[in-house]
Amino acid sequence: MKFARDTWLIFQRQTQLLLRNPVWVFVGVFQPVMYLLLFAPLLKPALNAPTQAAAYKIFVPGLLVLLAIFGGLFQGFGLIAELRAGVIERSRVTPISRLALLLGRSLRDVVSLMVQAVIITLLALIFDLRVFIGDLLLAYLMLALIALMTSAVSYGVALKVKSEDALAPLMNTVAQPVLLLSGILLPLTFAPGWLQGIANWNPFSWAVDGTRALFAGDLGSDKVWQGLSITAVLAALGVYWAARQFARSVR
Amino acid sequence: MIETRGLRKSFRSRAGRETKTVDAVRGVDLDVAKGEIFGFLGPNGAGKTTTLRMLATLIEPDGGEATIAGADLRKDPAEVRRRIGYVPQGGSTWDESTAREELVLHARMYGISKADAQRRAARALDAFQLTEYADRKCKTYSGGQRRRVEIALGIIHEPKIVFLDEPTTGLDPQSRAHMWDEIRRLRADGMTVFITTHYLDEADALCDRIAIMDNGEVVAEGTPTELKREISGDVVLVGLDLAATPQAAQTLDGEPYVNKLETIDEGGLRLYVDEGATAIPQVLRRLDHAGLELRSIELHRPSLDDVFLTKTGRSLRES
Ligand SMILES: Nc1ncnc2c1ncn2[C@@H]1O[C@H](COP(=O)(O)OP(=O)(O)OP(=O)(O)O)[C@@H](O)[C@H]1O
Ligand SMILES: [Mg+2]
Repeated sequence: MKFARDTWLIFQRQTQLLLRNPVWVFVGVFQPVMYLLLFAPLLKPALNAPTQAAAYKIFVPGLLVLLAIFGGLFQGFGLIAELRAGVIERSRVTPISRLALLLGRSLRDVVSLMVQAVIITLLALIFDLRVFIGDLLLAYLMLALIALMTSAVSYGVALKVKSEDALAPLMNTVAQPVLLLSGILLPLTFAPGWLQGIANWNPFSWAVDGTRALFAGDLGSDKVWQGLSITAVLAALGVYWAARQFARSVR
Repeated sequence: MIETRGLRKSFRSRAGRETKTVDAVRGVDLDVAKGEIFGFLGPNGAGKTTTLRMLATLIEPDGGEATIAGADLRKDPAEVRRRIGYVPQGGSTWDESTAREELVLHARMYGISKADAQRRAARALDAFQLTEYADRKCKTYSGGQRRRVEIALGIIHEPKIVFLDEPTTGLDPQSRAHMWDEIRRLRADGMTVFITTHYLDEADALCDRIAIMDNGEVVAEGTPTELKREISGDVVLVGLDLAATPQAAQTLDGEPYVNKLETIDEGGLRLYVDEGATAIPQVLRRLDHAGLELRSIELHRPSLDDVFLTKTGRSLRES
């Protein structure tokens, strides 16, 4: 009970501050729209897809996972600013739950990702994308778990390194191979065997495959439960680890 | 209210390739009574903030124990948190929030209901004369206004003890005087106030009792008066022309009331005496007899800086 209340308190505060920043809202909405409008038209020929709608079924899930990964991974920067302002230290002398300090922030990131995801889905619908609502909701669950994990890890790392100078290269180094090896922008079906072998070790690759299966209406596919299980376990681990950093971080 | 025994903390820091250990706090024993303003006086790097952060449950001590407002620091840090307030040295407000939002949020982090938190925030804003700016973003505040918000944050839940880390650093003299009044008001409300400072006059004027800290250790503890009394006697500074100084030294040396005599390079004498008030007339008479002309005479009561000087061999002003 106290934990839920504490989490809600932090969530509310972080959301309020986010909405107060018009630049962020603008970027958050228009960036994905740009991807959809400017990048997607190249896809039908590139993917050799029979229709535009078929191309979207492959591209939109990838784009959503991409947003979930990046939306999460770079949240740590905000936390470093808070650390510097003494806001975290001030919170840590109160009896508020340490897990709530993390989860309130991460849930804010998950919700803002969901808003982006809904905008993109609606736009894609205009371009003839068709998804069953049940499949879509499961796909959103997958995205939420990814964002929860990446944002929690980003916060945890931010608390450990405590400086933007260290966080930026670190996150970029993590993000790059993860992105390239997940088949986010183009599916790895055409990849040579060794590349697929590596990709099998990339959890995000499983997440992308699962999300694509859901968008394809293939609910029974093994990829769905595999992707969901892997992201759920990783999200739980990420949250657990990051919450510990909140409990013990020094200065 | 606060009782610590042998509190210790070392940090390991990496400088290039080698790791160095800094013993920031090396065994601190403190006893702070209820309802007093207790001051922690010491130069930069003395370990004041580190001690405070340990007492506020932010970092774990390497050794020693402490009881704070009846709760054991090591066994029950959660209970300690409920009973204390802490205002960090480097600020604690967020640029984009308003003072009112910060106060309400902070009260609610202590489990206080929304309605009650709003009432408390309004009252605190009023008490700290912040109502006028309450709904402006913190980044628009002056240093003094912002400091007042931070102190209000530290006491919004009416703790038994509040720790203030350098509450007046960076404030102009007028704001400092105001801040002293605010701190005295907290004491009047029955709160125990633990402040750190490196201002001698602040420790002297504001604090009921002080501990002088240097290099991780408490080197002296007591009321400012007690501490100064330990330094025996007063100093009389006699201003003289350089030419007249040797003769004056000869005249006064060996006088029964002069414990020690030093000449000042630029001319003049420094006399260590037991009681300045009785020594000065005699000095004046002797010099007058000898036909020496005096430029100035000054009585110098021992200050906390002299206490620091005798305990550590350095002056607080220099370090
Ligand atoms: N997180 C840390 N890592 C490494 N060293 C630290 C850390 N925190 C403090 N120190 C070191 O511990 C010593 C005591 O620092 P502390 O901040 O307690 O001093 P202080 O008395 O508060 O000084 P000031 O008046 O400058 O605030 C210093 O030498 C400082 O460099
Ligand atoms: Mg300090």
